[in-house]
Amino acid sequence: MEKKELLSLSATALGAAVKAGKTTAVEAMETVLGQIEEWESIYHCYVTIGKEAALAKAADVQKKIEAGELTGPLAGVPAAVKDNLCTEGVLTTCSSKILENFVPTFSSEAVRNLERAGVVLIGKTNMDEFAMGSTTETSYFGVTKNPRNPEHVPGGSSGGSAAAVAAQECFFALGSDTGGSIRQPASYCGVVGMKPTYGTVSRYGLIAYGSSLDQIGPLTKTVEDCAAVLEAITSHDCKDSTSVKREDTDFTNALVADVQGMRIGIPRDYFGEGLDTEVKAAVLKAADLLKEQGALVEEFDLSLVEYAIPAYYTIAAAEASSNLERFDGIKYGYRAEDAAGLHQMYKRTRSQGFGPEVKRRIMLGSFVLSSGYYDAYYLKALKVKAMIKKAFDRAFLKYDCILGPVAPATAPKLGESLSDPMKMYLGDIYTISVNLAGLPGISVPCGTDSKGLPIGLQLIGDCFQEKKLIRTAYTFERLRKGEA
Amino acid sequence: MAKEYETVIGLEVHVELATKTKIFCGCSTAFGGRPNSHTCPVCTGMPGSLPVLNGKVLEYAVAVGLATNCNITRYCKFDRKNYFYPDNPQNYQISQLYLPICRDGYVEIETEEGSKKVGIHEIHMEEDAGKLIHDEWEDCTLVDYNRSGVPLIEIVSEPDMRSAKEVIAYLEKLRLIIQYLGASDCKLQEGSMRADVNLSVREAGAQEFGTRTEMKNLNSFRAIARAIDGERERQIDLLEAGKAVVQETRRWDDTKETSYAMRSKEDAQDYRYFPDPDLAPLCISDEYLEKLKAKQPEFRTEKMKRYQEEFDIPDYDIEIITGSKHMADIFEATVALGSQPKKVSNWLMGETLRLLKEKELDPEDIRFSPENLAKLIALTESKAINSTVAKEVFEVMFEEDVDPEQYVEEKSLKTVMDEGALQKTVEEVIAANPQSVEDYRNGKEKAIGFLVGQTMKAMRGKADPAGVNRMLKELLG
Repeated sequence: MEKKELLSLSATALGAAVKAGKTTAVEAMETVLGQIEEWESIYHCYVTIGKEAALAKAADVQKKIEAGELTGPLAGVPAAVKDNLCTEGVLTTCSSKILENFVPTFSSEAVRNLERAGVVLIGKTNMDEFAMGSTTETSYFGVTKNPRNPEHVPGGSSGGSAAAVAAQECFFALGSDTGGSIRQPASYCGVVGMKPTYGTVSRYGLIAYGSSLDQIGPLTKTVEDCAAVLEAITSHDCKDSTSVKREDTDFTNALVADVQGMRIGIPRDYFGEGLDTEVKAAVLKAADLLKEQGALVEEFDLSLVEYAIPAYYTIAAAEASSNLERFDGIKYGYRAEDAAGLHQMYKRTRSQGFGPEVKRRIMLGSFVLSSGYYDAYYLKALKVKAMIKKAFDRAFLKYDCILGPVAPATAPKLGESLSDPMKMYLGDIYTISVNLAGLPGISVPCGTDSKGLPIGLQLIGDCFQEKKLIRTAYTFERLRKGEA
Repeated sequence: MAKEYETVIGLEVHVELATKTKIFCGCSTAFGGRPNSHTCPVCTGMPGSLPVLNGKVLEYAVAVGLATNCNITRYCKFDRKNYFYPDNPQNYQISQLYLPICRDGYVEIETEEGSKKVGIHEIHMEEDAGKLIHDEWEDCTLVDYNRSGVPLIEIVSEPDMRSAKEVIAYLEKLRLIIQYLGASDCKLQEGSMRADVNLSVREAGAQEFGTRTEMKNLNSFRAIARAIDGERERQIDLLEAGKAVVQETRRWDDTKETSYAMRSKEDAQDYRYFPDPDLAPLCISDEYLEKLKAKQPEFRTEKMKRYQEEFDIPDYDIEIITGSKHMADIFEATVALGSQPKKVSNWLMGETLRLLKEKELDPEDIRFSPENLAKLIALTESKAINSTVAKEVFEVMFEEDVDPEQYVEEKSLKTVMDEGALQKTVEEVIAANPQSVEDYRNGKEKAIGFLVGQTMKAMRGKADPAGVNRMLKELLG
């Protein structure tokens, strides 16, 4: 198959092509590796690329496809995985110095599910260190550039995954989303990104950041791909106590272009000050398009929006401060050489091994859990979390989907965000409530701004209502392509 | 000393539960094993690993709570206790602080003044840490994570005890209850039961508690008693000298019979407890509790009463046998196989206790089966073997749990029943020992003993001494 044509295929289209014999898993992998060779030095989407292993695996998968052993829609498709997902035998760093030499002895369940589906791993993508950040600039291994405009960030923390999809350096990728880390980079890079309901995808093997908020999800070229990948990685895992047993996981059956009667709510609170005018216009235009197709669109008050960011950072940082204690130079990873005694080794290893944003959040998290402050901060934040969930519950009595922006603006320029962490944190305003409430959320491209930078449309659903999101997103995507 | 001082003691007891696998993963809890051979990503704190609760741990914890009259916390959680130390692979221990599984119970002990209730403040589940081994040669420390993740329950008492005697009685009562439940073998020396003593003194009659210290590394009842007496004296000396008792943790050294303050800086730690987000809260239903209540075994007091009614054996025997669940089980099973209770208790009270004492073992270490004990008793009843042989066979059975019937066959230990052969030997002995025969006939009863001995020797012990005695007397007239 011709290189350009092959690279432009969606994951499901490629899977179908491989099945039909129009191309092979090996050809697909060779082609994508060629693309990487051409563009990776500019975009830097990857931390690790396992060329030989990928080609060998592709050959193995191709044999199995031909023997009729692998029959799924994604068999033979090359994919990338965010570097906080454990991959057996393959370097897994969380883009941190403290794990610069860490090779896991097991793969995360989501990756194993992909392997069972016949997907072939290309490599591990760049991210903000330990998933803490919104631009992928806190990575120890250097920044990733937005393929739509390399002077701008790809977003974060799954910036490498989003950029790899946008740059055609993979056919789809997995990311993780704790406060918007799939949806925001998806919107900045102009690709589709989804965070499922908490508990849908097993967290076993995902190196934890905010345990009660983290979820793994797909970054893809199309909504159809998103549904197919989500279906492949969803499973009930008894190794994860927070894993939910779900019956309704045939997400690809929701790929229906029909929003007749779909009740869509637009939170007034999301459209106030701070939202870029072009983003606002694009998102509202999307709502109008859906209205024209028969959706019932109306504004409403979501409330509690101003408490979401403080609650999120309190909870996520608290859990992270504990989750990251295991990185101590004793068992694996980086260890400071020149220490005199145990405690100095701990201090030096962690001081040298962690970047400034990670340290900032560990300190914040330790503080809110400390004796005397626990009730005032952490406990209070948990109460706010419960109230936010209730506010969404009330909204979903009236609406099937909530529609809004993903981020207040399009991708900022490289080097502009890290000097003002608070400002950076406030950019999470539209995405974090979704994690606090454990709900599913999807970002679909809905236009570009005058600089040519992509704008994302966010759809939020009630717990376990991914199918409604997929249907609405799919309809919208079809509409946009229609008018092109 | 002009003043009278009262000692106030509370205990924190850690018990290793006898589950097959660890509390949050499927690794074996078996003792021993090559270092780091019972490990997996979960109990070694690998990135990306997650804990999953072993349901048996909850069962044992609730069972102990029910047996100690506690309220079971119907909605409880696990909390993370955060601190850095190499034996702690995640640098946090999963424990329970805010909502422990059991609360407000008590245990009754017997003191010189009569029965007394020792309050239990709470019982909670937690995971054990790994073991640090200091390598003298390499001047470094090695970590073995086999023990990391082994399930523990911590039983925290109220400060209700007033003497070393009461403390020992409390520990023995706890141990008995837990052993009867099968929840742990509770061996201080092996570490499956660990006791930390919190002790303070106050003038007799005072209302307020004094400042308490915590003592660790108490590996036997003897060490506990010595530590309590030693610490009481130390604190009284301080107070008498006008000094204050410092709240600290002290490590007991049993060889030196004294305690040392551990670096107290570490005690001022803030563990930043918070509910573990990887584990779902536990909701204990009525059905679950009913099921566990129905499973509760017959405890020691009931068993003693039942034995008194059912079996004709001395009260003292009953007390000793029921003092160990394992021994009681063997007793009951052997009786159920048809052996006479008195015979069974004789073997347990006699030879078994003797061998246990000699080898410094506990009744829990008895290895022979009820089936084999029943066979041995049957062999002696039928006079197939005599009592000396029986004791020999028992010793082998005690070590290796051999089938006594097989063993007696293999080693040809059966008493010779052939009257003819016996008579022949007896006549030979009579002929060979005229002096003794003369002595016997002259009234020396003891001479017969010598002749019996000679006969037994000639028969290589395979005769019934009583039968030989009879035969000699018949033949000698």
